[in-house]
Amino acid sequence: MIAAHGLTKVFRDRRRGELRAVDGVSFAVAPGRIYGLLGANGAGKTTTLRLLATLLRPTAGTAEVAGCDINRDPAGVRARVGFLATSTALYGRLTARETLEYFGQLHGLAPDVLRARIATLADELEMHDFLDRRCDRFSTGMKQKTSIARTLVHDPAVMIFDEPTLGLDVMAARAVVRFVRACRDRGKTVIYSTHVMSEVEKLCDVIGIIHGGRLRDEGSLSDLRARHGESDLEEIFVRVVGGDPAPPPLLPPR
Amino acid sequence: MNAAHVWIIYRKELRDALRDRRTLISSIVVPTLLMPLLLFGVGKVMQRAVTEAREEVPAVAVLGGSGAPELLARLTGDARVRLVPVPADWREAIATKRLRAVVEVPERLEERLRSGETAPAVRIFHYQGELKSENGARVTERIVAEHRERVVTERLAARGLGPEAVRPFEVRRENVAPPEKVGGNLFGGLVPYFIILLCFTGAIYPAMDITAGEKERGTMETLLCSPVARLDLVLGKFLLVLTGSLASMFFVVASMAGSALVGGAVFLGSAGSAAAGSLPPGTAAAGLGSLPTIDPLGLAGVFAMVLPVAVLFSAVALTVSLFAKSYKEAQSYLGPLIIVVLLPGMIAALPGTELTARTALIPLLNLSLVCKEMLSGSWPWGYIALIFGSSSLYAAGALALAVKMFNREDVLFRS
Repeated sequence: MIAAHGLTKVFRDRRRGELRAVDGVSFAVAPGRIYGLLGANGAGKTTTLRLLATLLRPTAGTAEVAGCDINRDPAGVRARVGFLATSTALYGRLTARETLEYFGQLHGLAPDVLRARIATLADELEMHDFLDRRCDRFSTGMKQKTSIARTLVHDPAVMIFDEPTLGLDVMAARAVVRFVRACRDRGKTVIYSTHVMSEVEKLCDVIGIIHGGRLRDEGSLSDLRARHGESDLEEIFVRVVGGDPAPPPLLPPR
Repeated sequence: MNAAHVWIIYRKELRDALRDRRTLISSIVVPTLLMPLLLFGVGKVMQRAVTEAREEVPAVAVLGGSGAPELLARLTGDARVRLVPVPADWREAIATKRLRAVVEVPERLEERLRSGETAPAVRIFHYQGELKSENGARVTERIVAEHRERVVTERLAARGLGPEAVRPFEVRRENVAPPEKVGGNLFGGLVPYFIILLCFTGAIYPAMDITAGEKERGTMETLLCSPVARLDLVLGKFLLVLTGSLASMFFVVASMAGSALVGGAVFLGSAGSAAAGSLPPGTAAAGLGSLPTIDPLGLAGVFAMVLPVAVLFSAVALTVSLFAKSYKEAQSYLGPLIIVVLLPGMIAALPGTELTARTALIPLLNLSLVCKEMLSGSWPWGYIALIFGSSSLYAAGALALAVKMFNREDVLFRS
């Protein structure tokens, strides 16, 4: 379960002054559902997800992630969350197994539990061929699998994906999409950010369109289509964010 | 603080560092090779220069020798110098190394001596700092002095006196300083200097790799996603940097001792011993033999005193390189810091810089000075306590700063 209440993040920059990267964002995601955060570059997707993963502290507002408050119990949140982003790389000088062991240990898994968990993940993700090879010699696909295994090592209740298919080829991207779906099917709460319309259409149960740090519209694909009298998601997106440089928010902050 | 987390992070960083060529080079290879290179490279070159200067028969010219035919004959007949005609531009000739020295003999010198008149000085012109010219001047001076001795002996004989009339007893200097004291004084400035340098360079590469390097490679964000507190993260990483610093210090001292043992045998055997023995005290080769006799207790003291400084260096390197966006940026911050670190060591190596209540509070300078004391066998406990205390305080401050830096999101996500 994820519930964000008026999440706000203001960055202070000496040159650019104040930047409201995320501005009063509220939404909720139920277990077994995928929430798609759709937005252009710089819309505030990454900052929102980093706030949920407690990598950043909110300026105002809060969120409850897997039963823990991000302000009061950030370590508790991190213990229950799997975070995968294009910017979360692997240690090149460690093998895939060592990587999984390291993060498993940091999550406090007992040695025998961890060993069994690594075996299960290697089975599911077909990693046995490269489990004991160093990550810096991996192909993109192998890296992706290792990263996915890393986010799953502690079997988190909530999965946060920040543009996980960015820079991947079609096959690798399909594998990721399949994996995200599998997470939902296992009853995990999933939040997924992207700017690729087709991924959102294929994957997400609820879509939130974010622009300029604010959530501009929200609903299932059919809700959005009905509301805007338009079947093409890209057209809907442009209508929601474009044209008017600062349209009033369609959703009042919760 | 969660000690288990700190330990997990430290162990992983150590494994990672041991697989990183750059860290291995800076923490193990450079410190191990530095001393042998210095001793066998620079030492050998110096030794050769000294031997060459000694083996050369210097070209010497005489100005106004007509008034002293006896002296001139002695100089001509002596194989230790090669007499050449004096050129018009003899000063220039010394400067350009065509001539090693020029002897200026006062007019009518021997005539004045015979008549009992006091004669003005015989002057020897040379080029100070130029090894071969100084050697030429020294040899020439010896020949002239020997001639003077003979004149004295003749005068005494004419009055029916022996040489002991003007030299009733000998004066001789005897050394009472034990060899380790001599070693401490000669190397007291040098040892801490290298230890401080290596202590710092050993810290900076691991520090850059596990902070700015991690940011650059994108693994920092992965690590921050784990349920580890930032404090544990800093401490784990800090311990690794400290390990690099201490390892580097250990290897430099071990290789110093090793190369001193080998070097002592090499330089003090055969031709080396003559050269080293006749060199003025204070030059490197003269001290070579005394290096192995450095007091091990003093060395242990040096290690103990360097410990808080290693902590200080590790924390500073960690803080500075965490601030940097990339490995390159971190290098450009830490490179110039090496000079800042070396400066106090250089000042301490200057003769006359003494340990006082004021210098005992200046970081690094105090360390160099107290190391000099301890290596030469004296233990000023008051200062030792003061220096250890103040260094520990500086180190704690730097570590607190590193922790603070790790809690700043604008630093962690600086891009």
